[in-house]
Amino acid sequence: MNVELSLLILLFLPLVSFLFLSLNGKRLSPALAGMIGIASLSVVTVLSLITAYGYFFEYGSVADVYQKLEPIKYEWLRFNENLSIDLGVLLDPISVVMLVVISFISTMVHIYSWNYMHGEERFQMYYAYLSLFTFSMLGLVVAVNMFQMYIFWELVGVSSFLLIGFYYTKQSAIAAAKKAFIVTRFADLGFLVGILLMSNGAQTLDFGVLIERLSVPSSPFTIAMSTGATFMGMSALAWGLILVFIGGAGKSAMFPLHIWLPDAMEGPTPVSALIHAATMVVAGVFLVARLFPIFAISAPDALEVVAYVGAFTALFAAVIATTQTDIKRVLAYSTISQIAYMMFSLGVAGWGEGHNEGYTASIFHLFTHAFFKALLFLGAGAVIHAVHSNEMADMGGLRKKLPITHYTFLIACLAIAGVPFFSGFYSKEAILSAAFHDNKLIYGVALFTSGLTAFYMFRLYFRIFWYKEAKADHGHGHDNHESHTWAMNIPLILLAIAAFGAGYIPFGHFVSADRSQVELPFHLELAIPPVAVGLIGILIAYMFFVKENVKALNVQQSFGAFYKWAYNKFYIDEIYLFVTKKVLFNLVGRPAAWFDRTIVNGMINGSASITAFSSESIKKIQSGNVQTYALYFLGGVLVVTSLLIYYFQ
Amino acid sequence: MNILTVLLFIPLVTVLSILFVRNDRAIKWMAFGGSSVQLLFSIWLTGHYMSLRSAGETAPMLFQSSVAWFEPLNIYFRTGIDGISLSMILLTALVVVAGVLVSWKIEKQVKEFFFLILLLSTGAYGFFITTDLFALFFFLELAVIPKYLLIGVWGSGKKDYSAMKLALMLMFGSALVFLGITALYFLGGHTWNILEIANLHLPIEVQRVAYVLLFTGFGVFTAMFPFHTWAPDGHSSAPTAASMFLAGISMKLGGYGALRVASWLLPDAAHELSWIFIILASIAIIYGAFATLMQTDLKYMNAYSSVSHCGFVVLGISMLTKAAILGAIMQMVSHGVMTALFFAAIGMIYDRAHTRQAKELGGMLKQTPFIGTAFIIAGLCSLGLPGFSGFVSEMTIFIGSWERIGAGYRIATVLAAASIVVTAVYILRAIGFAIWGTITNKEYLGLKDASWNERLAVVMLVAGIVLIGFAPFLLTRLVGADVDIIFASLVK
Repeated sequence: MNVELSLLILLFLPLVSFLFLSLNGKRLSPALAGMIGIASLSVVTVLSLITAYGYFFEYGSVADVYQKLEPIKYEWLRFNENLSIDLGVLLDPISVVMLVVISFISTMVHIYSWNYMHGEERFQMYYAYLSLFTFSMLGLVVAVNMFQMYIFWELVGVSSFLLIGFYYTKQSAIAAAKKAFIVTRFADLGFLVGILLMSNGAQTLDFGVLIERLSVPSSPFTIAMSTGATFMGMSALAWGLILVFIGGAGKSAMFPLHIWLPDAMEGPTPVSALIHAATMVVAGVFLVARLFPIFAISAPDALEVVAYVGAFTALFAAVIATTQTDIKRVLAYSTISQIAYMMFSLGVAGWGEGHNEGYTASIFHLFTHAFFKALLFLGAGAVIHAVHSNEMADMGGLRKKLPITHYTFLIACLAIAGVPFFSGFYSKEAILSAAFHDNKLIYGVALFTSGLTAFYMFRLYFRIFWYKEAKADHGHGHDNHESHTWAMNIPLILLAIAAFGAGYIPFGHFVSADRSQVELPFHLELAIPPVAVGLIGILIAYMFFVKENVKALNVQQSFGAFYKWAYNKFYIDEIYLFVTKKVLFNLVGRPAAWFDRTIVNGMINGSASITAFSSESIKKIQSGNVQTYALYFLGGVLVVTSLLIYYFQ
Repeated sequence: MNILTVLLFIPLVTVLSILFVRNDRAIKWMAFGGSSVQLLFSIWLTGHYMSLRSAGETAPMLFQSSVAWFEPLNIYFRTGIDGISLSMILLTALVVVAGVLVSWKIEKQVKEFFFLILLLSTGAYGFFITTDLFALFFFLELAVIPKYLLIGVWGSGKKDYSAMKLALMLMFGSALVFLGITALYFLGGHTWNILEIANLHLPIEVQRVAYVLLFTGFGVFTAMFPFHTWAPDGHSSAPTAASMFLAGISMKLGGYGALRVASWLLPDAAHELSWIFIILASIAIIYGAFATLMQTDLKYMNAYSSVSHCGFVVLGISMLTKAAILGAIMQMVSHGVMTALFFAAIGMIYDRAHTRQAKELGGMLKQTPFIGTAFIIAGLCSLGLPGFSGFVSEMTIFIGSWERIGAGYRIATVLAAASIVVTAVYILRAIGFAIWGTITNKEYLGLKDASWNERLAVVMLVAGIVLIGFAPFLLTRLVGADVDIIFASLVK
């Protein structure tokens, strides 16, 4: 099939499915709606695989360098001579990899939801929203134009909003949906201003031209943007990139814009797996990767910001994850931490051979993480399905009741902890070695964080599947058997295979910063420390929750205030609440509304009163008395005459 | 007969024939029929216009005609349209049909009600087709008076106060406009013809005076800060259809006038003094957004949000770059349809629940899914979601504003852009309180979803915002050449 047509089908099938499902709604039976969703996504997955195969093995590379292909590109809205929004498809290694990841995970989630969401009242709408999300996400990754990306970026945001607020009668879901949208909107403001700044500097919105113009040090655009006015010591170009990065940090939940992601767990669990773990939240990483040549060549100082924000977030989120008791929140913080790995991995990468390992590593980790994190969430969903609770306290000893969930979850935990031979090991090793060569501080942070990661993941694992069984006194009772069916098991098993095997792909052959085919180096001496740290983390978790040699509670107490601080997510939410409620609402909104009602409106009403008052006063003049009028007339004539005399003298 | 007079003829015939009919149902159907014919005719006219343009017509205005009205003062009824006026005519026609449809339940003085809303629309059509400043002023006035009655008679709440306030403030605005156009006439070339004035090179002193008078006068109509206070009170007291017209059409009279008359005819003054209106627009955008945040009444919310959104129109016009002007026109059309949809949805909720307080509502999506969805779509358009018209128009304004070089202009643009965050907050709050959630009030359990006429109105308006949202090039193709003409006079 020709490439153009298959790409059009790939992109628009989810949109058609969304429109069909949402317009027909309740008129379709849930089974039919689900089938439509699953079938269209399966087609999309097959087409993405075909595209990926074609791109990587048939038409994508010229002399072993992958080309940027734009098989589809239409002008959509022209602003002026140079700037226009074009819609189209850009194929390059990262967008093709993303196509595969998105469509595959989305299909898994579609299938899984068939069982998980069974009997939900708005089952049809659920599938409609999933299709909308898939469409938006696909459109985002293939964007040829900064504005195309922004458009789909916003659409992804609204699909996430609709899905988090899927249980819209629940107050906590409403609050979480609003929070997610508003926090990311705030970040998108940065993205938008960044687009304005950069497109004005480069006089283009097209990604290809933009990168060409801004990543060559000798190009007049680069020179103008990096030497002109500076602000806080950084050039316009660096600021443009940082602003764009703020947008990415919002979607990818980097500190301090991470606060929406844990709350987003209010959505149905399969949604968390798809949107808030595997696909949408890596959009920020993708954005930085898309503009990577500009970052690396023309504004290394902006790239440094990316690196430090990423490294800090990785550690920060991991610390919180060790203290949470809601299993979905543990996974949410773990997601933040893992995305931060990808982020700083880009940050420590540079341009040129030997420096850009971090770029490949970042996308590699994005790839493997998608599988094992989706698996973790879907596994968690199965657990929640069985015990009707998100709290660790209601779980324990579930390995016999949920054998398939147990084994697949274990594989995912081993992968994320970086245990050798599992996928996470390979991608994390690549990241750590990139960090080691560029920045020892970040390397140290990353190494420590990988120990924490192993610890909190196995704390989760042991706490759910081992440990002592919870007393079933919370009113729901446990289902005694794995109540889910093939629809939930198939995705778990397929994802488990991917979570194990994805690491064996020679990723450097496909993705690298300059799109050539490289070999990711493997350094045994650099692989040992993270593995050792990881095993220590697992061991500690084992002693806490299986052996119970050491009571976890005692350790908690020995950390005292710090534990409490971390358990409360370092009170970042409270700080935000203070700023929004107290400052924006009470110090800006309320005074603005008051000022408007009292001062501005008062002035208008006042002028009306003055008019009324003055007309009241001067109406005496209109007395109807002819003599008085004659007097006024005489006075008027005298005044006018004297003025005329004075004037023409 | 000139083809454009048909645009006046159809509503006038409808208005007059309504006077002779006694049956309320028949009146409604006649109003619906007349306004639908008008809409179809406008669409046909647009097609005709585009085909003439592609056949190579390059005159700034097509379908020109001129009829003497009062020759001693050179007052003629001159007509002529370009893409910009056509986009406004289409907007008006669409909003009028939707407004008639949502007024189906009116029972009080049906004849007078439909008479007035159609008369109002006649004023708007006249305003958009004329190229004579005096006639323009005449039609502007014609569009004001019916509003006073519509609010005063069919309104709710403190309607007398609101009606009076609105009428007085708009009269104040049109007084400024009148001073402005008479200044242009007597100090200029003793002509009211816009096309002639556009080619005059008026002395800068005259331009300055006229520009400030005209821009401020038209600014009152677009609810420009600090002359916006008629809008919240007026909108909230007005019956649904009148709110739709007020925000959907009347506020556009101001924007159109500010662009066509103030900026186009007085380019030198525009360059010199537009900073005043950029400042006022930035204030309106961000301050209007924050004021919206504190509103609990849905109509007040949408009224304040209109102040903020129409600030974008003024900003785009005053930035004087091609993209910004294009964006301002798109924003006028987009906001017109979107706000009409918003007021329609709010009106439907109010008709049923008898309250507009967001916190007293709740669970509307569950009880009345169609209306709830209409509200959500209007909200998403308002907060600038891609796929709807609000996004493309705001982005075009941002791109255009950013082109104007200078730190002050950049700050104004960033401030305006920052408002999209605040917009998201108030829209989502309103959706969260009123539309989502559980039904709090037992009385709401029996509420019926939208009727056929309401559904039709919603579908038409949604189609409008989706069409522009998905295919903005249709609109830019219609008005692009005219923006070039205006822009050319601004840079010469």
